Amino acid sequence: MTPPLLTVSDLMVHFPIRRGLLFDRTVGHVKAVDGVGFEIEEGQTLGLVGESGSGKSTTAYAVLQLLRPTAGSVRFDGRELTGLRGETLRQMRRQMQIVFQDPHASLNPRMTVGRIVAEPLQAHGIGTRRSRRASVARLLELVGFDPSYTNRYPHEFSGGQRQRIGIARALALNPKLIVCDEPVSALDVSIQAQILNLLKDLQRDLGLTYLFIAHDLAVVRAMSDTIAVMHDGRLVEQGPAEQVYTRPQTDYTRALLAAVPVADPERMLARKAERRHLEPAVSRAFSA
Amino acid sequence: MALLELSDLRAHFFTREGVVHAVDGVSLAVEAGSTLGLVGESGCGKSVTALSIMRLLPTPPARIVSGGISFDGRDLTKLSERELEDVRGREIGMVFQDPMTALNPTLTIGTQIVEVLQRHLGLDRRRARRRAGELLAEVGIPRAHERLDDYPHRFSGGMRQRVGIAMAIACEPRLVIADEPTTALDVTVQAQVLDLLDDLRRERQMAMLLITHNMGVVAESADDVAVMYAGQIVEQAPAPDLFSRPEHPYTEALLSALPDLDDHEARQSRLTAIPGRPPDLIDPPVACRFAARCPFAERGDCCVLEPPALRELRPGHWVRSAHPTSERHLSHA
Repeated sequence: MTPPLLTVSDLMVHFPIRRGLLFDRTVGHVKAVDGVGFEIEEGQTLGLVGESGSGKSTTAYAVLQLLRPTAGSVRFDGRELTGLRGETLRQMRRQMQIVFQDPHASLNPRMTVGRIVAEPLQAHGIGTRRSRRASVARLLELVGFDPSYTNRYPHEFSGGQRQRIGIARALALNPKLIVCDEPVSALDVSIQAQILNLLKDLQRDLGLTYLFIAHDLAVVRAMSDTIAVMHDGRLVEQGPAEQVYTRPQTDYTRALLAAVPVADPERMLARKAERRHLEPAVSRAFSA
Repeated sequence: MALLELSDLRAHFFTREGVVHAVDGVSLAVEAGSTLGLVGESGCGKSVTALSIMRLLPTPPARIVSGGISFDGRDLTKLSERELEDVRGREIGMVFQDPMTALNPTLTIGTQIVEVLQRHLGLDRRRARRRAGELLAEVGIPRAHERLDDYPHRFSGGMRQRVGIAMAIACEPRLVIADEPTTALDVTVQAQVLDLLDDLRRERQMAMLLITHNMGVVAESADDVAVMYAGQIVEQAPAPDLFSRPEHPYTEALLSALPDLDDHEARQSRLTAIPGRPPDLIDPPVACRFAARCPFAERGDCCVLEPPALRELRPGHWVRSAHPTSERHLSHA
């Protein structure tokens, strides 16, 4: 059996809390990620869910080494990433890319669409100007963005189109793993479905592996093979998606599922009753 | 007669690029004691509708061009600013999306609620303060009376929205307009806030206009639903009927574009996306505004040439489309 593409174990990210003006000292730590472990098989999607402040994004940044973890191990494609520096880390990063939540904030407004998508190629010194131009056209076509607009600027496009540009940029270096950090939460429902379908198609055609982070549990179910539920820096539950959604093992996961508003008034009453029943568990979890 | 009735309301923005037809002929009614959910995607005009009712549109550039807003028998478009100040907060309460911007960060919660009670109900300071404490307790804030002296930043997002709700209901208004009240909140907190709003509404027999982009939120709380698209109401019906038998192709598409939490096949299947995006409201299509994205509108169709009227398909179920679901099945049979 092939080993998983990504294995994370005992991951910790602690941020120091500093006090004092001249001689500041550390008075404690915020344990943003506190002993998280999971695996993702090649070509699969792990859905990481949890509420704001639970540590989902910090986990993702620590996996990509955009934030140095305090402790723990991140093995990617057979290599330990936590100790890597300089050029070796840069080479490994080609294999791992990220798509951000807000397509307004994550695209440089002073760069044309063409330059944005070509930038990763340029940064890694891949190809000539001409071949890069051809790659950009191919990448944009792949994500359903009209390549004749390469000389325009991001503000000329809608949120959905901008997210396509962000995805094209993430694909430029032929990565194996893409971290999708709330990729559709800024988009309207009708556009959200377009982007989710695109991500599904790309995964099927290119064999991509996703770490898919979102707070919308219905969206995560549509995307994921396995699920990890995060709360207060720890994983409270993980397993095959089907199992987590139909037979959740913890009250926290149950409460999270019962809280999702469902577009069906007939199912609503049962869900409300379930919520009232689980309320003590939720308030316990939040007062902790 | 309905408590709130909008008839053919038009609110336009006069900008340098042109006239934006943000609200373009909206008619709807909120019955006393019931909740109407106004649902639509960003830019469809739902918030501009809410601001028009409260006469809080930024003027200029925006202006109510025509149409009537009748509240409890009075036409709000005809009232003076002074008269409006007595309506806002007293007879119509408002809950906003982001409670941090709705509350003054430099005043304590108590001061802000007391101000409302003194202004509208003429209570003296001591009684207003006691009532403010009771209100915070009613919206589920622990140690309510002690927390009156806290500033807004001392509250979490969910608690802050509870404070916003306490202020909205302070004067026992007959109508509450809630504009995306839970959009900034986490899902478990959202459920609590929705349940709270619903409980308060029932106890006090208030009516509510609930504005949201989230179909699930509407299904949770609304008695009736109006779906808005490109400045117009395209469908309105009692909630159970709208969700089980949607008629407008847009409503139908919106519901099937939503991933379903209970769908076992969701991972394997594709979602039903709606191609394209909503039209530009500076120069909206003269005919049906959804025609360009509608799978049933064909070239030369009547709805591509002239605007379909809002018509009643069955009692209480209104739709603005030449191709509602029930008639499609008939023509294919």
